[in-house]
Amino acid sequence: MFGLKADWSLDIKKRYFALGDYAGGEARWCPGCGDHTVLTAIQRICRDKQLPPEKTVCVSGIGCSSRLPHYMGTYGFHGLHGRALPVACGIKSRRPELDIWVATGDGDCYSIGAGHWIHAVRYNMDMTVLVFDNNVYALTKKQTSPTSGLGLKTNTHPEGAILAAHNPLTTTLGISNVSFVAQTIDWNPAHLYETIKAAHEHKGFSLVSILQRCPVYSPDVFQCLQDDPSQVLLLTDEKGITIEKNVARLFPNQQEHDPSNMSKAYDIAAAQPDSIPIGLLYHNPEAPRYEQLSSVGNDMGMEEKLTAFNKALDDLAI
Amino acid sequence: MSKALETALPIESRDAPINQAKPPIEIDEHIVEIVSDSGEGAQKAGQTFGTISAKMGNGVWTVEIIPAEIKPPARSPAGASGIRIRLGSRYMTNMGDAADIVVALNEQVLYSRIATHAYKPGTVILLENKWLTDPNPKIQQQYQSAVAEFREHGLIVYEVQMEEECLKLTPRPRLGKNMFVLGLLCHIYNRDLEKAYHEVEQTFAKKGPKVIDLNHKLLQAGYDFAKANIEYHYDIPPWRAADSTDRFIVTNGNQALGLGVMASGMELLSMYPITPATSASHYLADIFHNVGGFIHQAEDEIAAVGFAIGSSYAGKTACTITSGPGLALKTECLGLAVMAEVPLVICVVQRGGPATGLPTKVEQGDLLASLYGEPGDAPKIVIAPATIEECLHFVIMARKLAETFRTPVIVLTDANLATGVQPYPRPEPKAEWLASPIDQSPWQKGVPPYNWDDETGLSPRPIVGQAGGEYVLTGLAHTYQSKVAYDSESNQRGCTMRSRKLAALWSTLKPPEIHGNSEGDLLVVGWGSTMGAIEEAVDHARAEGLPVSSLHLRFLSPLEPGLKNLFSKFKNILTVEINYSDEADMPLINPENRRYTQLAIILRAQLLVDVDCWSNVHGQPMQPGIIYNELTRRLNAMKGDA
Repeated sequence: MFGLKADWSLDIKKRYFALGDYAGGEARWCPGCGDHTVLTAIQRICRDKQLPPEKTVCVSGIGCSSRLPHYMGTYGFHGLHGRALPVACGIKSRRPELDIWVATGDGDCYSIGAGHWIHAVRYNMDMTVLVFDNNVYALTKKQTSPTSGLGLKTNTHPEGAILAAHNPLTTTLGISNVSFVAQTIDWNPAHLYETIKAAHEHKGFSLVSILQRCPVYSPDVFQCLQDDPSQVLLLTDEKGITIEKNVARLFPNQQEHDPSNMSKAYDIAAAQPDSIPIGLLYHNPEAPRYEQLSSVGNDMGMEEKLTAFNKALDDLAI
Repeated sequence: MSKALETALPIESRDAPINQAKPPIEIDEHIVEIVSDSGEGAQKAGQTFGTISAKMGNGVWTVEIIPAEIKPPARSPAGASGIRIRLGSRYMTNMGDAADIVVALNEQVLYSRIATHAYKPGTVILLENKWLTDPNPKIQQQYQSAVAEFREHGLIVYEVQMEEECLKLTPRPRLGKNMFVLGLLCHIYNRDLEKAYHEVEQTFAKKGPKVIDLNHKLLQAGYDFAKANIEYHYDIPPWRAADSTDRFIVTNGNQALGLGVMASGMELLSMYPITPATSASHYLADIFHNVGGFIHQAEDEIAAVGFAIGSSYAGKTACTITSGPGLALKTECLGLAVMAEVPLVICVVQRGGPATGLPTKVEQGDLLASLYGEPGDAPKIVIAPATIEECLHFVIMARKLAETFRTPVIVLTDANLATGVQPYPRPEPKAEWLASPIDQSPWQKGVPPYNWDDETGLSPRPIVGQAGGEYVLTGLAHTYQSKVAYDSESNQRGCTMRSRKLAALWSTLKPPEIHGNSEGDLLVVGWGSTMGAIEEAVDHARAEGLPVSSLHLRFLSPLEPGLKNLFSKFKNILTVEINYSDEADMPLINPENRRYTQLAIILRAQLLVDVDCWSNVHGQPMQPGIIYNELTRRLNAMKGDA
């Protein structure tokens, strides 16, 4: 029933996927939007890793960046504002073999979805979570977001944001069972690609904060970082994000940082916004993953289930 | 033997009790309560008594009396904890009206029961009398004045030295008194003592032979005490043959939901704790893994349903269980499941609302929220089991409906079903109830993700893993290709197709059966847990020749077919529900502004029939006697009008 077919197993080894296999509809982001760069990086990683499109799911919430699944050629779930993570975790829970990507934003993840963010980090399910942080709500035309800097003029705070920006990196690092926290920038595709690739390779919940330019509503917030790369702190380490020397040369400020060192990671993160770190802040490949628990019983046979159900009835019998 | 008991009971001599020779009086049903402070084991004694009675072939309905607070002070009305057992010579469907015999371990807890009209003049109270000699003179005084007050109200109070008797066997009578009480009841109701011994042994099996032995002695002591001292001695003939080969199980409604979750092949239950739904998850927590399932306790109600939606989207069978406030929080996600056509089962164990309302008490107040809670048009299937047994089978049905119609299905139960316990036929699980392995074969080329059938709105669903089926589910208005569409035509078509599915389901349903004559002066319409009480009231009225019948709805969305025709054979239609309605004769209320019960609103709107309603929000299950009184009042008034 329900469309069961006997020949469900499939030989996928002989297939080769080109970039085009990961492309969906034409991306409708504004010209100059950083989201285009991220989309390209994800598609390249999918291609480089030869991820079967039918076994890959892009999950998102609501916001400009959450349109990303529509531009992918994989399965996608473009759900509700703030709710990408519970949906993504639900997908992974009983289908641990699927490759899960989450596209979310500073409003979607750090504000309306903040509760889920905290708990999803703790569940540590294997998925690559990209937070497109442009410091504003852009889809709804410029309202203050949790990462808007003090004084940023928006339509909800025309005189300038009245609170200092929330620091999502220190928050994430403070959550029990956190396993991968990185930050990158959309205007350096090499660093972006390597960071997302490392996040994808991590077995666990990898949170990548992507500082992403919005050419329409927050064109200036990252301009200073582009104009003066010394305001960016490039984290280097053999266990961290490795980029080619000629790319690294663009960043005069660099620091060796062992990503297994949590207290150092916290100090580096806490220096924001004075010093903006990019690279791998924290990595613990050993953290337990929730899907290891939630998928138990997946392969149980019909007979075993019926026997157990009858046993449950026996216990209630009179 | 206490002086009080000597004066209260007409006992001729302790050595030659009068009832020894008297045969038991045959009755067809009784309602028994055991009431105490919490922690005194009243519920365990009552459940055991219920099980013994069920095994003897009686129809049984038990319901726990739950204190309003977790640690209420001892000897306080708010702390009343215990159990009601209704047993009889027929299948029991509800908790009935006033109790016949009550065993109380202190007098204060009785006040709250009296306040909820649980007793009537003539109700017999067997009351622990140790408080009469309590070292605290204030307690002595409280006890004496309460006993006097109860008697003034017509209760027949017998003071029994339970503590004193138990002290002969154990230095800690507080822990063992419940078995003494069980012994009392076993004699009063002429229970098979061998079965009682067996049940006690089962109850304490994990605690070892020493504990079993002590509890057997307490049971026997209570039995012997009643034999020697209590004149009440009844026989309730069986409803079905004792030890008949019919296989029965005993559960409450939440355990039945849990069994339904397992029997329907759910692989995931995603929940957040909420009263009175959570005990279903407690039950499953012990055994769900045995059938390969997993319980996800989410960070909040929204995440619980979001997680289930994700799992279902990925082809795994998933459900969530909640109560009113949780349903409110899940609203947006339910809208998404409707919009994107994600199969999902949502069990809602209703309690009093709005807001935090009456968390532990019953109401049928979530019907409209289930049907219409979401912004925009969000058609979904809503069904309501009417019995504990149906709680089990409706989850199985819900899963099939959810998948066939690619939609969320809400199963509405309530605190009355959740806490009521009764025996019912053991289901024979079938492999086809369980989930099949998901289809991972390639998706047929060119078939869009919403390949709506024009007539029924139904469409097959691509599952992640099916090559060629890659689509992006979206909560935005979309085309049949799941492409975001803001144009008028696409939105209209999507809404039409989702709505059409309900009409398609409606066309497969049978008209409901009428309980009683198919024509008459009054037709009572109900839904959910009230069925037993309504039908009992109707039977009572019909036995007196009154022209009343009833009809009980299981499908609320879509409604069951043929209602207009069935209604047309009756002069008046009345819904009986546990949700708020204005009474027609209240100040300021007139036919234009009167707010009706929730089912009445739906029936009036859908059928253009002048459906009346009668309801209360007392937080109590509907009782047959109260319904009977209202029906006879109305039927007499109609006679007067005619």
